[in-house]
Amino acid sequence: MDIATILHTAGFYFFALLTVVSAAIVVFNKSILRSVFALLFTLFGIAGLFLFLHADFLAATQVLIYVGGVIVLLLFGIMLTQKVVEADIRTGKIQFTPTLIAMGILFIFLLFLIFQTPWSTGGEHAQFGNGTTAAIGTLLMTEWLLPFEISSILLLAALVGAVSIARARRTNE
Amino acid sequence: MITLAPGLYHYLIIAAILFCLGLMAILTRRNGIAILMGIELILNAANLNFVAFSYYVTRTLGGHVFVVFNILLAAIEAAVALAIVFAIYRHFHSVEVPDVNIMKG
Repeated sequence: MDIATILHTAGFYFFALLTVVSAAIVVFNKSILRSVFALLFTLFGIAGLFLFLHADFLAATQVLIYVGGVIVLLLFGIMLTQKVVEADIRTGKIQFTPTLIAMGILFIFLLFLIFQTPWSTGGEHAQFGNGTTAAIGTLLMTEWLLPFEISSILLLAALVGAVSIARARRTNE
Repeated sequence: MITLAPGLYHYLIIAAILFCLGLMAILTRRNGIAILMGIELILNAANLNFVAFSYYVTRTLGGHVFVVFNILLAAIEAAVALAIVFAIYRHFHSVEVPDVNIMKG
């Protein structure tokens, strides 16, 4: 085991731990602001895991859209709907223990499925050459052209819909 | 089967943990924005699975393209859902989901 392999493995476990621990903070922390900042670290951790899977374009996209867009949007939502000084949210006390038990059972079931299924992982891993960006661009313009164009219509519809839902109603209607 | 060096199972287990935590957030949180964060966690778990399968199983870039669409959908969903949260806040002066019960008999 040379030094590069050890560093690679250690980096993987660092990002995995970062993702899982901060996701747990998102779920279990009482303060909603702390939850949002923990979600930031979760998304960064997943971007790091994407890098370990040779998905460089997706790691960059993850940081740009999630960290730059979604987190800012969520922070805006909290600032506009809470008194920031006392911005803490309760965790539903009634459902907490049954949900925890149900999620434990679900997780064990998922583990069972993961180890039961014969994944065809044999042979060498994918070789994506010099990055994936150019290849993804080509795929979007050839094989996935129709979904790509439809998604632009979806973006337009979501833009109009979000503005018309969030806009304050006129009082003299 | 499961080794110290990262393999497919490691990524699948991380995604399973993220999925369970996200579902936990949706089921136990009372705040609408916190429920949205749970949805983001679940979408990220799915994305991680797509990329892991694309690297270890199919060895093509189809999974990557799907994740691009998924990230797009997550951004759209966050924008529209936050607009709905604002509309709820204007009506009920609260974003706590249990307070929104005017259709309850």
